[in-house]
Amino acid sequence: MKHRTFFWFFLPTGLAMMLFIAAPLVSIIMQSMFAPHEAVLVTVENCGPFGCQQETIVDQEATRALRDAQPLGRFVGLDIYFDRGHLAVAEVAQAWRNADDLGAFWTRLQNLPFYRAMAFTLTYTFTVTPLLIVLGLMIALGVNAINARIKGVVIFFSLLPMIVTPLVGSLILFWMIDSRGILGTAIQWLADDPDLSLKASTTLTWVMLIVYGVWHSAPFAFVVFYAGLQTLPMDQIEAAQIDGATRWQQVRFVVIPHLMPLVTFVALIQLMDNFRVLEPIVGFNAQAHATSLSWTILNDLGGETRQLSAASATSVMTVIGVAILLTPVLVRTWRDFKGKT
Amino acid sequence: MASKAQQASLRLRIATYVFVGIWLILAAFPFLWTLWGSFKVELDFFSIADWTNALTGKNTEETYGRPFTGAGYHGAWVQEEFWRAVLNTFIVCFFVVCTSLTIGTLGGYALSRSGFRYTFWLLIAALMFRALPPITLVAGYLLPFFEWNLWGILPTTIIVLVAINQPFTLWMLHSFFQNIPKELDESAKVDGCTQFQAFRHVIVPVMWPGVITTGLFSFLLAYNDFAVTTMLLSESNRTMVPEIAAFLGTTYTEGNVMFAVAAVVSATAPLFILVMFFQRQIVSGLTAGAVKG
Repeated sequence: MKHRTFFWFFLPTGLAMMLFIAAPLVSIIMQSMFAPHEAVLVTVENCGPFGCQQETIVDQEATRALRDAQPLGRFVGLDIYFDRGHLAVAEVAQAWRNADDLGAFWTRLQNLPFYRAMAFTLTYTFTVTPLLIVLGLMIALGVNAINARIKGVVIFFSLLPMIVTPLVGSLILFWMIDSRGILGTAIQWLADDPDLSLKASTTLTWVMLIVYGVWHSAPFAFVVFYAGLQTLPMDQIEAAQIDGATRWQQVRFVVIPHLMPLVTFVALIQLMDNFRVLEPIVGFNAQAHATSLSWTILNDLGGETRQLSAASATSVMTVIGVAILLTPVLVRTWRDFKGKT
Repeated sequence: MASKAQQASLRLRIATYVFVGIWLILAAFPFLWTLWGSFKVELDFFSIADWTNALTGKNTEETYGRPFTGAGYHGAWVQEEFWRAVLNTFIVCFFVVCTSLTIGTLGGYALSRSGFRYTFWLLIAALMFRALPPITLVAGYLLPFFEWNLWGILPTTIIVLVAINQPFTLWMLHSFFQNIPKELDESAKVDGCTQFQAFRHVIVPVMWPGVITTGLFSFLLAYNDFAVTTMLLSESNRTMVPEIAAFLGTTYTEGNVMFAVAAVVSATAPLFILVMFFQRQIVSGLTAGAVKG
């Protein structure tokens, strides 16, 4: 295909991605370095019947003029990244100086929004991903072994937790684990504690969100592994059997090595997807106990005061986080490409 | 798995069926339970006294004379005008899928037929864009959209969702077109077709399986999106997902949780139907990327 033809074929999609993905990306980097203008203050003398008073008021006109002249705000460099709402350098340094031991330092760190969000995001990402891979693999092995006639039905129901809108899925579970819902009641009965509420405890909220995460993503792992099992080399399995391998040994030494490239694939995709966790926090109404970087952005942008600068800085940091998680994928793609040419 | 040696012991087979059964309950029970409960009153759905009320609908019977009631649906669809959100969702999804497939097919076809090095870099760029969480881009949209009065309306959201969809669409269709033999359009070109004519008359008739699979995922992305629709749509133009999120804020105070439950069930129903009809395509789409790589 000639360059010229290629250009015209690719133009619409390329333009869409340039305008609505690449340009906003540049825009958030710019915005994160500008803070909104402070109001222009003027001191006026107010004279009434009881004498004159000095008064400081906002000069509306001058403020508007300044905002119109520089709509982005004033340039503050990286200040926003280091302020209390983000990396909070000063607060961290102070906490480090004042804290007696690591535990106290950690407690103080948890009061800073960025570190609180990071603590949950990373815990969530790195517990959900391995758990969903294990569960997905077990379901795939199970479904592969059952009667072919009911496989279709099983796959249909297995797909549901993944296909359903994350917000809707988390709401459905949230209502069930409500202390008046069926699961909530069951847990109270099991724990023999009629006042137990999953929503009141930070640890239980985290467990709940992680359970939701595994429930939501395990079907993806299951489908991928199940497809991988269809291409299982039967001669290797037979050879292992002749050598006297038990069923567990066959799984451990033949099936799992065969699925290993898929495990890597699922792990890489899921690490990136779990890092952006947002909907469960909204659905479970869990922001008092668990926040993520995505949730912080949503919170900054929502409401009457849209804090664009703060949200942009958090966005840039989220992008950096995703970029770190993406590096192995890129290296893999690059190696594939090298191998092909 | 036909050979006698592969036959599992009875105990292992029972264990397998039990495990798959438990998973099925985990996967399906929440949906069935909520569907059942959506026809009850709140006192039954959230039962303090006795959990079996949710099954029998004791309080529902006291209030309405029969164990099922459509009050939640009536409240959500008529009183809270949820039908608007449903309509908006289908407008958004329809246009996102159509636009996304049209420009994605052209782009994906070009990427698969051009042997130059820049196609690789374009695909890498698409991969990076695909990994970006949409919420991180929203801060970049708001200022220009407010400035040009584009915020809050459906077309803006549609275009944004199309763009966010493109990286995935390109990857799917690129790998799909690579499996269509190059000789097909090459021979058309030898016969005097231009590249576009070759695409139009030779490739378009055989590309539908891949396009349908990709379209399904575009639909799911547009249907399930929360971050973009919440931030970019005004109150009157909301689609289902942000509408449900907005319900939560108001219903918990007014005690109309059942409206939200009915809305949630309404939003799940189309996905049920979708999976029922397109299960094979969804499975093949999910595995297309994986098994190759």
